[in-house]
Amino acid sequence: MNARAMDLPPQAAPQGDDAPPPARRIGESILEVKNISLAFGGVKALSDISFDVREHEVRAIIGPNGAGKSSMLNCINGVYTPQQGSITFRGQTFRHMNSRQVAEMGVARTFQNLALFKGMSVLDNIMSGRNLKMKSGLLAQALRWGPAEREELAHREFVERIIDFLEIQAWRKTPVGRLPYGLQKRVDLGRALAMEPQVLLLDEPMAGMNVEEKQDMCRFVLDVNDEFGTTIVLIEHDMGVVMDISDRVVVLDYGRKIGDGTPDEVRADPEVIRAYLGTTH
Amino acid sequence: MTSKYRPTLPSTFLNMSQPNTTFPRLLAEHARRQPDAPAMREKDLGIWQAWTWQQVAREVREMACGLASLGFAAHDNLAIVGANRPRLYMTALAAQSLRGVPVPLYQDAVAGEMTFMLEDAGVRFVIAEDQEQVDKLLECREQWPRLAHIIYEDPRGLRNYDQPGLLSLEQLRERGRAFDAQHPEHFERAVASALPDDVAVILYTSGTTGRPKGVCQTHASFIAAGRGGVESDRLGPGDDIMSYLPMAWVGDHLFSVAQWLVGGFTLNCPESSETVMNDMREIGPTYYFGPPRTFEGLLTSVSIRMEDAATLKRWLYAKCMALARRVGADILNGAPVSALDRLRYRLGDLLVYGPLRNMLGMSRIRVAYTAGAAIGPDLFRFYRSIGVNLKQFYGQTETCAYVCLQQDGKVKLTSVGTAAPGMELRIADNGEVLVRGVSVLKEYYKRPEATAEVLDAEGYFHTGDAGVIDSEGHLRIIDRAKDVGRMNTGAMFAPNYIENKLKFFPQIKEAVCFGHARDEVCAFINIDYEAVGNWAERRGLPYGGYVDLAGKPEVLALVAECIGRVNADLAAEEGMADTQIARFLVLHKELDPDDDELTRTRKVRRGHVADKYRVLVDALYGGKTEQFIETQVKFEDGRTGTVSATLSIVPAQRYPAVRAAA
Repeated sequence: MNARAMDLPPQAAPQGDDAPPPARRIGESILEVKNISLAFGGVKALSDISFDVREHEVRAIIGPNGAGKSSMLNCINGVYTPQQGSITFRGQTFRHMNSRQVAEMGVARTFQNLALFKGMSVLDNIMSGRNLKMKSGLLAQALRWGPAEREELAHREFVERIIDFLEIQAWRKTPVGRLPYGLQKRVDLGRALAMEPQVLLLDEPMAGMNVEEKQDMCRFVLDVNDEFGTTIVLIEHDMGVVMDISDRVVVLDYGRKIGDGTPDEVRADPEVIRAYLGTTH
Repeated sequence: MTSKYRPTLPSTFLNMSQPNTTFPRLLAEHARRQPDAPAMREKDLGIWQAWTWQQVAREVREMACGLASLGFAAHDNLAIVGANRPRLYMTALAAQSLRGVPVPLYQDAVAGEMTFMLEDAGVRFVIAEDQEQVDKLLECREQWPRLAHIIYEDPRGLRNYDQPGLLSLEQLRERGRAFDAQHPEHFERAVASALPDDVAVILYTSGTTGRPKGVCQTHASFIAAGRGGVESDRLGPGDDIMSYLPMAWVGDHLFSVAQWLVGGFTLNCPESSETVMNDMREIGPTYYFGPPRTFEGLLTSVSIRMEDAATLKRWLYAKCMALARRVGADILNGAPVSALDRLRYRLGDLLVYGPLRNMLGMSRIRVAYTAGAAIGPDLFRFYRSIGVNLKQFYGQTETCAYVCLQQDGKVKLTSVGTAAPGMELRIADNGEVLVRGVSVLKEYYKRPEATAEVLDAEGYFHTGDAGVIDSEGHLRIIDRAKDVGRMNTGAMFAPNYIENKLKFFPQIKEAVCFGHARDEVCAFINIDYEAVGNWAERRGLPYGGYVDLAGKPEVLALVAECIGRVNADLAAEEGMADTQIARFLVLHKELDPDDDELTRTRKVRRGHVADKYRVLVDALYGGKTEQFIETQVKFEDGRTGTVSATLSIVPAQRYPAVRAAA
């Protein structure tokens, strides 16, 4: 499908107000990671990693336990500062970033161990993702001052669209702590979407899910990518899932990059097979 | 409580004196008479959105013209696949406006089944709710290439589809507006050309026995069925109904289309299938339908939450419910109840029943219906005792789900009500219920031989159900006609009916009754190991496994007591007194599908059981007091072994027939 979509010249996209936005096309590289090295004391988590992410693609990072996948994501996200290397986002190069800057630039993420507000409702959790977009001050919000109220209405509508998109209407007012794990993961995704991100970092979105929940999640990830054109970088353990939904895959092992390419290329790469999938002797 | 019935409501709001009308004409009439009243609501993005009658009429017109621009014409079939969405109901009306026929299909059908129905109905146009359905229909199209147009409501995920013939509903309406501007008279002319005897809808039977059959119902039939219900329950503008059961099911078509258009009330579509309970609480429907298991589920959730409540609340609940059980149903039926009890009930209503109804989303309910399966007596009484006017009806796809209704004030637990207005009932010699009247099907689509099988020369439809009509004209459904036998005394023998009564006791898991061509009824009983085991433990009764437990004299006494109560029940019912159970035995092993005694859906394979346990049946009828039996069993791991026991044959308490039951 991607190949066909890429063949289309840009002007072939439908025009006009009613026309749906153009179909997903993989564009230029928007995020580039160059020669990143990260060490915790003597432990080298990442050594000399480089790869790029193109606009509108689904990019997966895979590797065995302890390969450095989450560390990589944390570097992009500004949680860790790598000792060496640089990250280029939309032409701007950074030595290190802080999380807020990253968020303001349009990068959102979800967490492997869910960092939701357990006592708050689904609605409020997702609403918290709109925080950066809210302009009115604390006092105005508390008093429901005219403009603040209008702003709140607009944000609520946006959040409702996400709730609709993720099909979690039935739990709108339920405290997140009372939801099953698979649904909490969906709420986590919803909160990230509330930021209207250009790049979405997903840390093991299917971990701990049953087959049905995984299928649902795959569909949501693909739909996000398809409907909003969001670029997606995801870490995943489940090889089947990765190979099905990604456009390109980076393979890490012991903090080194050992493979990079389309799922088919990666699957055929002898070094990847040896390190990750295991070999038969 | 009487305030719940609104006797002053105009019963014929639309002055429907002329029955010669069609659904699209009814819609036009509402749009003229109550243009700004809410016709439909749907919760979208957390807010209830309403369509007025005028808006519905306009959108239907746009959709109809859009379909016409694609070449949809009279007698074309339009398949509709999706959940209860206002716009899907509108597409049905759009098809009817062009004198076409909507064919709603179950949205959870797999591609294979759907292909069969699309092919059977020769469908070229289909309305699909979303991507899931479109994908399935594209798969169907490989087998049925004549499926030319797939129109979808929700465009999500469908942006990159470039298959021919795909169109969004929005685009269809756009085309419709253009077509309408060019052919301004097309729509009116088409609506005017439709006749009341045209087929209004084709509904497929579930096909549990053989291939599904398309049931053709006319405008006249469905409108008559709708009017009967609307007039019986005085439904009209201001009433709210929740539409949440599949559109392909005949009941939904009766409530959400026929009665809606005749009565002119408001249709409410839930936000999603999971939110129905919550949406119901928000809307507070005045008119509601649920299958028995829905009502059961609600009651269970209430009971569980009450058990977790504080002691004072539990005490109050128990007190109030005891009062409700005693007088609640009588108050609802308008039977005489002492002033003191009425006062107490009112207090209970303030403290318990009212808040409880509110929790269930039933505060405003005037009429609630259930049908489709036997409803347990306790369940039925519970809802009626807290002031929910729960009633039963009876009907099938072939009769627009309209044969019998329970009228207010004449609700009997065991019956499904009296013949609905315009319907005639007769019981055939073999006990089968025969039905004639306004709502009987025109035919099965393209199946004259199947039609001839169920419609006889006098116009009676053969329901396949066995039933009894009592002296007050109430119909009681007792069994499937093919299972019903006859005893030597001449009495009708309905095994399932008796077995179901037995199985209402938690201690009895399975029962098999014999009586066809016999003088008396005898029964095999399977105890419920868990329930009876529990009971034995609480009484300090030691037992060593299933066989031992099943043979305990105390257990036999327990079962005998249950059977005694069933017999008392049977004695009180007309025509059933002869089928009281004379003797029974408790089987030494559980009936099991692995031993071919039950089907995979856990229905007793009567003939097989009778053959396998012939010695036991002979012993029951041979006057013995006990019988030794050895049975081969298959274990789950595939090994076989034998179980043997000496079973006691126990006589049961029987009662003289009660005439003119209270």
